[in-house]
Amino acid sequence: MVGASLAGWNAATTLRREGFDGELTLVGAETEPPYDRPPLSKAFLATGEEAKVALGGVADSEALAITWRLGRRAVRLRLGDRVVDLDDGTEVAFDGLVLTGGAEVRTLPSLPVGNGVHVLRTVADARELRADLDRRNGPVLVVGAGFIGAEVAATCRQAGREVVLVEAAEVPLERAVGTEIGAVCASLHREHGVDVRLGTAVVGRDSSGAVRLDDGTTVDAAVVVVGVGVAPSTRWLEGSGLLLEDGVVCDATGLAAAGVVAAGDIARWPNELFFGDSMRVEHWDNAIDMGAFVARRLLAGTDWDPRAVFAPVPWFWSDQYDRKMQMAGRSTGFDRMEVAGGTLEERRFVALYRRQGRLIAAFGMNRPRHVVQCRSLIARRCPWEEARELAAAWT
Amino acid sequence: MVWRVVVDMDLCESNAVCMAVLPEVFEVRDDDLLYVLNETPPDSDRAKAEEAVARCPKQAITIVEA
Ligand SMILES: Cc1cc2nc3c(=O)[nH]c(=O)nc-3n(C[C@H](O)[C@H](O)[C@H](O)COP(=O)(O)OP(=O)(O)OC[C@H]3O[C@@H](n4cnc5c(N)ncnc54)[C@H](O)[C@@H]3O)c2cc1C
Ligand code: SF4
Repeated sequence: MVGASLAGWNAATTLRREGFDGELTLVGAETEPPYDRPPLSKAFLATGEEAKVALGGVADSEALAITWRLGRRAVRLRLGDRVVDLDDGTEVAFDGLVLTGGAEVRTLPSLPVGNGVHVLRTVADARELRADLDRRNGPVLVVGAGFIGAEVAATCRQAGREVVLVEAAEVPLERAVGTEIGAVCASLHREHGVDVRLGTAVVGRDSSGAVRLDDGTTVDAAVVVVGVGVAPSTRWLEGSGLLLEDGVVCDATGLAAAGVVAAGDIARWPNELFFGDSMRVEHWDNAIDMGAFVARRLLAGTDWDPRAVFAPVPWFWSDQYDRKMQMAGRSTGFDRMEVAGGTLEERRFVALYRRQGRLIAAFGMNRPRHVVQCRSLIARRCPWEEARELAAAWT
Repeated sequence: MVWRVVVDMDLCESNAVCMAVLPEVFEVRDDDLLYVLNETPPDSDRAKAEEAVARCPKQAITIVEA
């Protein structure tokens, strides 16, 4: 297993649960054993309590007989030889390989990390950010209003910091939720006193530390957090013979090559439930689900029934202020959006998305139960009209 | 063996993931609170209950052997 985080951990525990009693090696570039990332922008950022990022079962994993290679990076895959080379010159031979290297943050050339500029992907990043927030008083600039940027903005704002949130697009989260709902998400920050600048890009940073924006203004921020998305960690796999296209390309069962599977943020596969769209899903729940699925896939080898495909309804949550957001499905290619179970103004609603006459996604604000119901509707390919009728009863 | 499902309500944020996995045991109602319908589910629900433990984003669910 290369990548000792959520997907790797769930693949490992599944292999053991399914009775695999061979040697199991987990290679992880971070020095920490697997931990939970979502609290890094929420409870951990707010409180600094290390217990918030613990992942269940990791602390007492001796029974799983895992060989941990933490703080080690895989640098080369020799597919023909069935060997992975590590950065300390050692090699790990394998019969089966699980690729769970997840994703790495993107950065901006105009805002190099360091000297008050942060990214947030690892617990080490989060500790540094927290320390800097404690050390430097004054406004926080968040660059990028995706879910993680939005959560950082909300957490800092709730801690009483002045926050400026800059987003290059005219509407945040448009690709995930569409323009109308994206605009609601932006308003949420304004209502909580965040200075939101949409359609604005960062030009650079002065020697004094002030950040220059393309609207001609500068922001004199004490701390800057860059949250402009992630890219799958596939650089070390270039030239290995695996197909890489914004992720490790797998078949519909998670298989990338004979004896090689991938799961979590790094994996791209065609999801038959969504018209066979090629997907890469950067959600916590998918790392668990797919990690477990591909572990079984790997064990079965050629005995696997090719009709047993990995076709889940993606699901994620995001907590901002007192709003809990969830999304089930994928809105890609939607041709209609309707609001049920409340109104946009109340900031309590479910947005339903239609594609080819089916319900294909639902985004909820403070409507967790209905999003979960939508998830089952999407899973059974519920026709749009039927879903609308059901949703009409949600008051 | 007897086992019980216990939810730490201080951790739970009612996102209903567990309800999707095992609706016979977990229910989030209109008041947006989680109710455990049956603290001692039958053994046939054990695998599902364990899945709910793994999938709960807040790690609020535990299975206690009694
Ligand atoms: C701040 C933050 C908040 C989040 N909040 C939410 C949320 O609210 N809801 C939600 O659904 N999702 C959220 N996510 C996303 C979620 O955490 C990820 O989808 C999940 O962590 C993916 O797990 P993974 O195991 O696929 O990859 P990762 O967690 O990215 O782990 C991959 C691991 O592999 C290691 N690695 C990579 N390449 C190599 C190599 N060559 N050799 C050795 N090791 C390697 C990396 O160092 C890393 O430790 C959040 C993420 C972050 C960063
Ligand atoms: S999955 Fe966990 S957090 Fe969500 S409702 Fe169930 S117990 Fe609560």
